[in-house]
Amino acid sequence: MESGQVQRKGPQAMVGTMKVEELLRACPPSAENLIPVLQQIQEELHYLPEEALRGVARHLRLLLTEVFHVATFYNCFSLEPVGRHVVQVCLGTACHVRGAPRVLDRLLRELKLPGPGTTDDFDFTVRTVRCVGCCSLAPVVRVDAGTHGRLTQTRVRGLLNRYRRAEEAEPAACARPA
Amino acid sequence: MRQACLTMGKLRSVEELEAWRAACTQAGYPARPCLSVCAGSGCTASGARDVLRALQRNLQRRGLENIVELKSTGCHGFCERGPLVVVWPEGIFYNRVTPGDASELAASVGDGRRPVERLLYQDPVSGARILHEEDVPFYRRQQRVLLANNGKIDPRSIEDYLRVGGYTALGRVLSGFTPEQVIEWVKRSGLRGRGGAGFPTGVKWEVCRARRAPTKYLICNADEGDPGAFMDRSLLEGNPHSMLEGMIIGAYALEVKEAFVYVRAEYPLAVDHLRAAIARAEEHGLLGENILGSALSLRVQLVQGAGAFVCGEETALIASIEGRVGEPHQRPPYPAEKGLWGRPTVINNVKTWASVPVIINRGPDWYASIGTERSKGTMVFSLVGKINNTALVEVPMGITLREMIYDIGGGIPEGRPLKAVQIGGPSGGCVPASLIDLPVDYEELTQAGSMMGSGGMIVMDDSSCMVDIAKYFLAFLSDESCGKCFSCRKGLQRMLEVVTHICEGRGSEQDLELLEDLSWLVRETSLCGLGQTAPNPVLSTLRYFRDEYLAHVRDRRCPARVCRELITYRIEPTRCDGCHACARVCTAEAILGAKDELHTINNARCTKCGACLEVCQPKAVLVD
Repeated sequence: MESGQVQRKGPQAMVGTMKVEELLRACPPSAENLIPVLQQIQEELHYLPEEALRGVARHLRLLLTEVFHVATFYNCFSLEPVGRHVVQVCLGTACHVRGAPRVLDRLLRELKLPGPGTTDDFDFTVRTVRCVGCCSLAPVVRVDAGTHGRLTQTRVRGLLNRYRRAEEAEPAACARPA
Repeated sequence: MRQACLTMGKLRSVEELEAWRAACTQAGYPARPCLSVCAGSGCTASGARDVLRALQRNLQRRGLENIVELKSTGCHGFCERGPLVVVWPEGIFYNRVTPGDASELAASVGDGRRPVERLLYQDPVSGARILHEEDVPFYRRQQRVLLANNGKIDPRSIEDYLRVGGYTALGRVLSGFTPEQVIEWVKRSGLRGRGGAGFPTGVKWEVCRARRAPTKYLICNADEGDPGAFMDRSLLEGNPHSMLEGMIIGAYALEVKEAFVYVRAEYPLAVDHLRAAIARAEEHGLLGENILGSALSLRVQLVQGAGAFVCGEETALIASIEGRVGEPHQRPPYPAEKGLWGRPTVINNVKTWASVPVIINRGPDWYASIGTERSKGTMVFSLVGKINNTALVEVPMGITLREMIYDIGGGIPEGRPLKAVQIGGPSGGCVPASLIDLPVDYEELTQAGSMMGSGGMIVMDDSSCMVDIAKYFLAFLSDESCGKCFSCRKGLQRMLEVVTHICEGRGSEQDLELLEDLSWLVRETSLCGLGQTAPNPVLSTLRYFRDEYLAHVRDRRCPARVCRELITYRIEPTRCDGCHACARVCTAEAILGAKDELHTINNARCTKCGACLEVCQPKAVLVD
């Protein structure tokens, strides 16, 4: 996952801009493509930089406010850069009744975050989601592509450490489920 | 034969389809032994992929890779016991399989071999081991119509779908039905929209058909946003062709050439399987121009939702496909009259579409014989929460909650008492334990202050606080309100504030009246279903669990001991063995006492996170 690098200025930002231009070239300029193209940019860069939103508006001949409206309406878009690992805490009803709020609190405390967001070192971004559909494993936390079920507060630190360590050992391996 | 089956190109007639089916059936399943591993999201999260890889290695090692087939299937429903493996053709059912079991499992396949006893499902009451899936009590009480083939077929293989009779209904329709007849059958079956509102599907189709318009559209609503619900996802993951077949039949009945499937982007596996299914159907002439050589043409496009609960509402969903923000608009006109890009559009849920081939194959009278007087057929529920068998179940309409929870769901963990069942997602309501013999159908649930919804069923025991549940749903809905109507946008925020006050012990009895007033206001003055049903969780908990609200406001007490501001933790001196486990996990340093000594909690420092409760082996940590 190269997600952590994109927000830094320099060669990576250039790569990001080029990627956006490439995606826009492939996208027919009609308004109904707004959501799909934003999804593609989000998937590539893991967030929507301001430049990208401006580029999309120009390409689709929409007002920037219209693009911004859509980008802020839907949950899957983020206007902020994200950390190397994205931790999604499921707050679906099944997880809620089986103690997800406590797991979330613990996670935020461990990462010294006041609420969902990104740590200062860009190691982790914590998000809450409403149901990932693995209710039999409630409470569930998803880190990158890996799903971790039947979590308890006391297992949270070990879980985070696993991803921290994977990082030190082999940076490319962190997206794999542990 | 297998060659013929693999190289089949575009099918030009119903006869060719049947010939291909015959070839596929002879070439494969269940002719040779097969190990099928459930690869639904639940089992995958519990390690099904590792099991699959281990089985593959073991089959290779034994030189069995060409003799025993290895297959990954969709969700079997019994997520609690995953990963699941079934050995065909015997149908031997193994549960909680780990990669370490692979060698033994691979060795057990074949004639006259003994099954692996320890991996068979064990009846929790009698302790007996059960060999076949259909004999497990969890399955015995269900009637699996839509989910019947989920555990049998590889969702990526159109051949597998043909082997279980797939696209037979389409063949029948194309060779002998008029469009009116199809609609007549759907009407006679009594099928009602499975997305929640329960509108009769045949009537909706008829309205759309009556509109004269050169272009019409079909939409499959797979934007399953209810938290704690995964019915549509499992169907799309496990048997995407069944939904597609329903849509093709719908396209024939309504003379439509273009269709859309709107899927939640949070369901990557469903998106992947659906995309594969559409590609295979196009390749074989089941989608595209002149389907099976007939005049029918249909193009299906997949649209991924961008994460907005309100987009499950049909007019918001249409706005989202058009590339706008998902804000609903006034109905009428209904989408069946004026929908996508202003054209007549029929929107149905995944389960509704998937029911259509069943109705054609087995007849409307058979379908209508299942269920109650006004709710026909089967319904898929995701049974989750405080329940032993967290699962996806399919039952005839009219089954009682008792049967669902105790016979199929296996009761509540640790034998705790049932308190309530939350049905219908955030728009639904809480049905109390006293109504446990309530038959589950559209009307009965509405009367009880809840609703069918799309099929989420969350079971709660005495450790769930009903005020907290109301707060949970209000938080969800005020987050997800699109903001178009003032009453929904602000009304829900105010309601959330009031309930939060109550949970924090700052509420008063007048607050309950205020909540009722606000509920009425939001319900009556909101445009779409989200706002109109948003007060349901509050109203139903106020109706059935008023005592609990009163305990919060009068006595400043949370009877379920959930609301943090109203509880305190303490350590029972007679039980504490001084193991120090609690002190080690306490991040607030609120636990006093050295190892092997009596521990106590300093309430001034305690953050009430509950970590000590979780680790205390002698159960000395108590909540007051």
